[in-house]
Amino acid sequence: MKNNNLAEKELIVNMGPQHPATHGVLRLVLEVEGEIIKKCTPYIGYLHRGVEKLSEDLTYVQSLPLTDRLDYLSSMVNNVGFALAVEKLVGINVPERAKFIRTIMSEMTRICSHLVWLATHALDIGAMTVFLYAMRDREYLLELFEMIAGARLTVSYSRIGGVRCDINDEFLDKLGKFINEFPDRVEEYETLIDRNRVWLKRTKGVGVISAEEAINYGLTGPVLRGSGVYYDVRKFFPYDAYDQVEFEVPLGKNGDIYDRYRCRMLEFRQSARIIKQCIEKIPSGSILAENAPRIRMPESPLKIDKQDINFEIYTEDKQIESFIEKFPEVYASVEAPRGELGFYIVCDNSSKPFRVRVRAPSFVHAAVLPKLCEGSLIADVIANIGSIDIILGECDR
Amino acid sequence: MNLTDIVKKIKDKFPQEILWLTCFREEYSITVKKEKIKEILVYLKKTPSLEFDYLVDVTATDYLGFREPRFDVVYHLMSIKYRHKIRVKAQVPEEGCCIDSITDLWAAANWFERECFDMFGIMFTGHPDLRRILMPEDWNGFPLRKDYPVKSALGDKEWETYRELKETSRGWKENEK
Repeated sequence: MKNNNLAEKELIVNMGPQHPATHGVLRLVLEVEGEIIKKCTPYIGYLHRGVEKLSEDLTYVQSLPLTDRLDYLSSMVNNVGFALAVEKLVGINVPERAKFIRTIMSEMTRICSHLVWLATHALDIGAMTVFLYAMRDREYLLELFEMIAGARLTVSYSRIGGVRCDINDEFLDKLGKFINEFPDRVEEYETLIDRNRVWLKRTKGVGVISAEEAINYGLTGPVLRGSGVYYDVRKFFPYDAYDQVEFEVPLGKNGDIYDRYRCRMLEFRQSARIIKQCIEKIPSGSILAENAPRIRMPESPLKIDKQDINFEIYTEDKQIESFIEKFPEVYASVEAPRGELGFYIVCDNSSKPFRVRVRAPSFVHAAVLPKLCEGSLIADVIANIGSIDIILGECDR
Repeated sequence: MNLTDIVKKIKDKFPQEILWLTCFREEYSITVKKEKIKEILVYLKKTPSLEFDYLVDVTATDYLGFREPRFDVVYHLMSIKYRHKIRVKAQVPEEGCCIDSITDLWAAANWFERECFDMFGIMFTGHPDLRRILMPEDWNGFPLRKDYPVKSALGDKEWETYRELKETSRGWKENEK
């Protein structure tokens, strides 16, 4: 009797854009043969809001709140990234206190973001309990954000040249208390899932990507480090106060989902370590640089000193010199919870940026999905999406 | 090897191709002609002392009205081993708006180039799957070009219905009094 007709037939499964496990609006078209995926085509762009185009029509200060809406789980880091790029462009030196505050905030955001990742990723694979515990801790941190910035998610806390408002002792006390307890909490989470047989079966050896391939695909953050490649923007090109604190960069070995999970769990502890050192070391002083563009300045142009631009020209064209002087450009990146978030800004000496480019880690990571999914089972697609931790708001911009 | 030496080395290797070098805030960028862009990038990637093995970003900029050729395709490269970065920019004119694809050098370039095509309309010859990525497939125009308007062509007309509605509602409120 022939009953394997179905297995021979190729079937197209449309997953998303509305699907709880795609963490936003990602659409995957899966060509399956039985349970095995033959081809996976991601479709993105459902959340495209034209942030890059909008920034060209707004002043630098006005563009800053737009970055909150990119990766809405780590808005603090996005703000810092954009502010860093503009500071580099203008040549502003940020005061030490502001640098430490930013570092504390960035690491708090990393913990927050990884907690959401842990909660939802575990939920997707079938471990319900962690969700509630992770959300409990995240709530505590969000309340701290609210205390300082007045908002929980879209904080717009960083300013070009510093931060918006100073932190107080109450905040530091509360944060210190949390940070002392937090490593134990992480251990709690690990006992919940680390020895869970279902968890191990679904993560070990699944979604493997080798170190060479990870570099080839341009992956960053925990996804790259899970494959054992040592690259962290905080160590390679230190910004803010990262060169004044000690921390390690956890690396994986096999490049599977389990290693990426381990990397993030170890990053929790390193983030707590960084925050602890920052609380001890934080100096007093001002929080905004003297020459920072103020919020009420919008229409005044952003002038770049022509002396700062060095160039050598090898063409006959005489107009090129003035062209180069008119359009200085910078690229600055931060280590966002998901990977390298870069801002490439071209300035035309007016009050508005000429071009803003956001190099979003989620966009790059979404591109690797076909590579991870093809040849594996349908159920592993969910695990793969969870492990690369994409936020579609940032992916589509 | 520091960046000044690297730039010098590239300049010696491709004297005909390089148009100008700039250094701003310790970032080096090289502007080149588009014809041999792939050779230059292969050289940057494969030479042992340079080893720019990591493609950070590919994007474009539109200098409409400021310069001919109109577009720049901007590549950001990094070396994980030596921890240095460089920016390579290739000039692309509006007529014959195409450049060699580098998807076979870095898989990461695939989606970057698709986005570039989607936003600027620059064709990447040799790209395996050049479709729109962020915008809908049937979209007209290329949003990030400078001649593409930020506001819709309708302008304030779009809000006319809303304004009328507001007026009538004001009338209702006055009647209530």
